[in-house]
Amino acid sequence: MNNQSDYPLGPYRVLDLTDEKGYLCGSTMAGLGAEVIKIEPVGGDAGRDIGPFFKDIREPEKSLFWLGLNAGKKGVTLNLESHRGGEIFKQLAQSADFILESYTPGYMDTLGLGYEALYKINPKLVLTSITPYGFTGPHSKYKGPEIACWAGSGYMWLNGYPDRAPLRFTFPQAYYHGCIDAVVGSMMAFWHRQMSGEGQHVDVSIQESIAFECLSAQQSWDMNRFLLKREGLYRVFGSYRVRYPFPCKDGNIIFNLVGGHIGAPGQKALTAWMDSLGYADDYLKNLDWEAFDAATYDDAQARKMEAQFERFFLTRTKKELMEMSAKHGIMIAPMNDVKDMLESPQFKARDFFVEIDYPELGTSLTYPGAPFKSEQILWKTGVRAPRIGEHNDEIYRKGLGISGTEMAALSRGGVI
Amino acid sequence: MKDQKVFSGLVVLDMATTVTGPGAAMAMANYGATVIKIESQAHVETLRLNAPFAGGKRGINRSGYFANFNAGKLGLSLNLTTPKGIEIAKRLVKKADVVIESNRAGLMQKWGLGYEDLKKIKPDIIMISTTQLGQNGPYAGYRGYGTQGAGLAGVGSLIGWPDRAPTSSFGAYSDSVAIRYVAIALISALEYRRRTGHGCYIDHSQVECCLPFQSPLFLDYSANGRLTKINGNRDPDAAPHGAFRCQGDDRWCAVAVFTDQEWESFCKIIGSPAWTRDKKFATLKARKANEDELEKLVEDWTIHHSAEEVMGLMQAGGVGAALVENAADMFNDPQLQHREHFSRQVHSEIGPHHYENFSFRLTGTPGGVSGPAPILGEHTEYVCKEILGMTDDEFVELIGEGVLQ
Repeated sequence: MNNQSDYPLGPYRVLDLTDEKGYLCGSTMAGLGAEVIKIEPVGGDAGRDIGPFFKDIREPEKSLFWLGLNAGKKGVTLNLESHRGGEIFKQLAQSADFILESYTPGYMDTLGLGYEALYKINPKLVLTSITPYGFTGPHSKYKGPEIACWAGSGYMWLNGYPDRAPLRFTFPQAYYHGCIDAVVGSMMAFWHRQMSGEGQHVDVSIQESIAFECLSAQQSWDMNRFLLKREGLYRVFGSYRVRYPFPCKDGNIIFNLVGGHIGAPGQKALTAWMDSLGYADDYLKNLDWEAFDAATYDDAQARKMEAQFERFFLTRTKKELMEMSAKHGIMIAPMNDVKDMLESPQFKARDFFVEIDYPELGTSLTYPGAPFKSEQILWKTGVRAPRIGEHNDEIYRKGLGISGTEMAALSRGGVI
Repeated sequence: MKDQKVFSGLVVLDMATTVTGPGAAMAMANYGATVIKIESQAHVETLRLNAPFAGGKRGINRSGYFANFNAGKLGLSLNLTTPKGIEIAKRLVKKADVVIESNRAGLMQKWGLGYEDLKKIKPDIIMISTTQLGQNGPYAGYRGYGTQGAGLAGVGSLIGWPDRAPTSSFGAYSDSVAIRYVAIALISALEYRRRTGHGCYIDHSQVECCLPFQSPLFLDYSANGRLTKINGNRDPDAAPHGAFRCQGDDRWCAVAVFTDQEWESFCKIIGSPAWTRDKKFATLKARKANEDELEKLVEDWTIHHSAEEVMGLMQAGGVGAALVENAADMFNDPQLQHREHFSRQVHSEIGPHHYENFSFRLTGTPGGVSGPAPILGEHTEYVCKEILGMTDDEFVELIGEGVLQ
């Protein structure tokens, strides 16, 4: 059993006011050991109405979306728009180290809870705003549904088939880029605070946070006025095109045709494997993989080679291809789904997944584990997501000294 | 302290390649750390070999891809296959706070630069190894890029059309996610060291760190046995929801209508044509049931407007919408301009070009791209003389021996 102070953020408190744009930021900080208090409106977060649901029962305590992204937090309810609610929040802010919020820029100010006001109460505070477009600027108050964040980031443009619309992911994850950038920014501000004693406001734009996913697309335009586009199964870089996804016997894989000192050992092993089963023609067998460079390769010949690889891949399973790749440095990876990942011997060997107990649901749920491993930098896990108002008593009565009588009145008055 | 950058005084050795490790090192350079990029002519860092090249002309100092993930670093060329190269690396470790590496598991130990070795040189050193699948396990030796990482992390299979072969996700999805988790781990380690005085070693898998994004899907499978099916741009709680073709060549605007109020606004914005009053579209449930038809009708309207206009009209009316931006659009995006997302720097060989900032702004202690990326070995002399305090003679001797190549 670890002590709270063993975790990197163990001694610190986070107030988490975010909606679905920010949930993963708080749960990441909970993983780093911080005491994260999720503050929900009375009745619970609107995000508890987002599916999927446990056994498909649409109830706020059964949203697997909400539970998935809020594990490890404590939960309280608070009506920030009520006068007393605002006062209570300010009291909590006095002893907090971080506040996370994702409201439309300016909303906190209308409540008298903007950064200036909070900074007066607690100059050491790191206040982090996670918004679709950033805290200021011409689009700062635009609505930012998930798909709009993909669209604005340049990434959506690069995904899909040329004859159809650009694509986003089926399972929304644009906001989570903003969330982990918010952790990085908050931690940087926090590090400065540890050195100087000064808090500050951290302003995260989800649109910008995804832009790195486009890798060099912006540079292609900036330097060479070359526009990378969505090309279906292919990726086109300058003058050459390569195919990445291929079907195999039981699904799909991704394969990089790479030569030179990086790719040659794997390509040789793959060709030898194909040859041993009669799938490599003389051309493939005699190719000089050290000299091979996809960027200068003949397009028609590349298509012929791809057809040959495809014929072979169709005879092999994802698992077979992965095992050989790991052994010989072949650049093939299965296109896994959740089930594949849960059954992967690699994740099992690293004890990656964790079971978190939900007694109220009569079961445990499987979560991804620590995003890094270290004997010193510990990751805290195993604590389920809070129920609505679960820690009201602990935080308000025991923590702030609000009396039992007032607690009852606050509850009746819709403040907590 | 106001003028001081967050990581002023910290020294980071970037011994990593491609995107993840270098990107995290760049984040620290952006906020004031001295980051030394250790590379070699003997094995040129992979990203230097990747397009785009300035003017379309290949060259190890001409890659915009490399530049964008190595801004503001000092470039040291050092041949680690020579004993003296290893010795110089060790002298740098003595001066360093953080070492980032991404070699295949075991190589650093072989060079005598594993964590146990480094700890002897600098007891409170912070070291992170970042690889696709981590340092142990049956597939630990797996080599691949973020392109493969996207497949392994289940991201590639979450994008596509139900009636077509999956395209996987563009680029190296796991790499960009992993940059942030490496940075998070490193700042956590700095705080740990501040409190305890101890250094640490971190084993980071670029694939594993992508999975928290999909937590709800793991829960859905463990509770309900369900696997997500790709469905284009649709959303179970919204309709219309997608990217719609607009006027012009390959121009699109994303539009998302979740609530009844948004639907009413949407209808008004498009001029309340008769079909919007059809029962088929009266409720979310009805719109979901008739979504194919709905999407066609929406596109019949958007096709007559520019994507910028659709975005402006929708947002003014309270409906979430955004131009599907290509790279050129991003340079013209007024919001990205306001935030100075792109930073112009002058590179020694490429000349002036643009680098990207991270998405966070520290309002009290601003940072951001702090300089161009180095050409290979650009600061070798500076690092050797100013940071390691070498004499001219020693420096010249090492050059002659090919150690600084």
